[in-house]
Amino acid sequence: MSLTIILVAIIVIALLYIWLTYNSLITSKVRVSEALSEIDVQLKRRTDLIPNLVETVKGYAKHEKQVFEDVTKARTGIMNAKTAGEKAQANNALTQTLKSLFAVAENYPTLRASENFQQLQEELSDTENKIAYSRQFYNTNVMDYNTKLQVFPTVTYAQMFNFKPAEFFAATEEEKQAVKVSF
Amino acid sequence: MNIYSVISQNKWRTWLIMALFVVFITTIAYVYGKADGSGLLFAGIALVLAGITSIGSYYYSDQLVVATTGAQQIQKKDNPELFRIVENLAIGDGLPMPKIYIMDDPSPNAFATGRDPKRGIVCVTTGLLQRLNKVELEGVIAHELSHVKDYDTRLMAIVAILVGFIAIFADIFMRSLWFGGERRNNDRDNQAQTIFLIIGIVLAILSPIIATLIQLAVSRKREFLADASGALLTRYPEGLASALEKISSDPRPLRKASNATAHLFITNPFKGKSGGAWFASLFDTHPPVEERIKILRSM
Repeated sequence: MSLTIILVAIIVIALLYIWLTYNSLITSKVRVSEALSEIDVQLKRRTDLIPNLVETVKGYAKHEKQVFEDVTKARTGIMNAKTAGEKAQANNALTQTLKSLFAVAENYPTLRASENFQQLQEELSDTENKIAYSRQFYNTNVMDYNTKLQVFPTVTYAQMFNFKPAEFFAATEEEKQAVKVSF
Repeated sequence: MNIYSVISQNKWRTWLIMALFVVFITTIAYVYGKADGSGLLFAGIALVLAGITSIGSYYYSDQLVVATTGAQQIQKKDNPELFRIVENLAIGDGLPMPKIYIMDDPSPNAFATGRDPKRGIVCVTTGLLQRLNKVELEGVIAHELSHVKDYDTRLMAIVAILVGFIAIFADIFMRSLWFGGERRNNDRDNQAQTIFLIIGIVLAILSPIIATLIQLAVSRKREFLADASGALLTRYPEGLASALEKISSDPRPLRKASNATAHLFITNPFKGKSGGAWFASLFDTHPPVEERIKILRSM
């Protein structure tokens, strides 16, 4: 008799625990996907600036076809990326090609002096900052969520409910160094 | 202690302060009613009025605070650099874009207010914009955004208004005791009324001190907390540290700050001088800047 009461009590406590942690897992998961959509907003802003930028540079440097192709391809890469990892990779690829585009622009003083070009450059760097900040927010949320998933005893039932760890939005090596400070 | 427990603690404290305010005002009114001989009616009226004030301050205290400082809202075109800093840090904190206000004052300082993050307001002085560079400004804004995120701004705005109200109330009470003390002399329970009169005077003296203590309780610890989470957001504690150094080394006090709003600012706006009333100089609303800088530099 008393054994059944103890068993029932244990089951009730376990169910209560699962109920509470399940809800907190869902909350964290929603936070992660909200943070990812904030990154998407900024990535969209960045890709929207690209055609304008390419047109402007083309006006001064027609024969640098290879660079334009690379940039356009990298832009399409971002638009086709689905997961956080793919998006991070595509975004880093775009950063690389933009670097060569700006290197090319260095050779054309009239282009550099153009007000339109300067404005685009400024907006682009602002968008890059915003991507960096939204990435920071996203990664904080991912870490929070993944930690919750991996602690005992949540880890024992998380798989049952099909919770998977979220993917970090990785920065490029150089960017990592730029943000690095001693804490 | 994580951010979510800080938030729920702040929300809980907000309700507590609102309730305490009502109890406090009603008690004083009760004592006053006894001393005055007008009985419970006075306490009843005070209960209703204090309740309305308390609830009203929940909804309007942030706007009132901004109004008392005389700050003006700006748009992106007025100061794109400041606007971008706030925009970026708000994204990093996952907050909606707050409204930005500028206060025309040469003394460098900043504060944040707002009932919840959706109605967040960040305000900086023109002196702050002139003296700080970009990383320092980022440090200050990140500190203010942490207040918004933690719901410190809700609690602090309500404290500002309710404490301000108590100060005014205490003032009125003292005056009315002074001028209205003649007409009760022939009452039969003269002795009892004298006792209530004494309690009343003690309460009137105590009320500003209690008010000041409330301000201290809600302000000092959270400055450290906001410093830390601000530094976590910018990943650069030195920015805020050197900003605090510059702000505290400036000797000019803020013109529009009052005892009721002093605890809102990033550092003490009176710069060590008395904020008007004698009791304000007895307490400090902010932890010593040197200590905050030391902690930031050791991160």
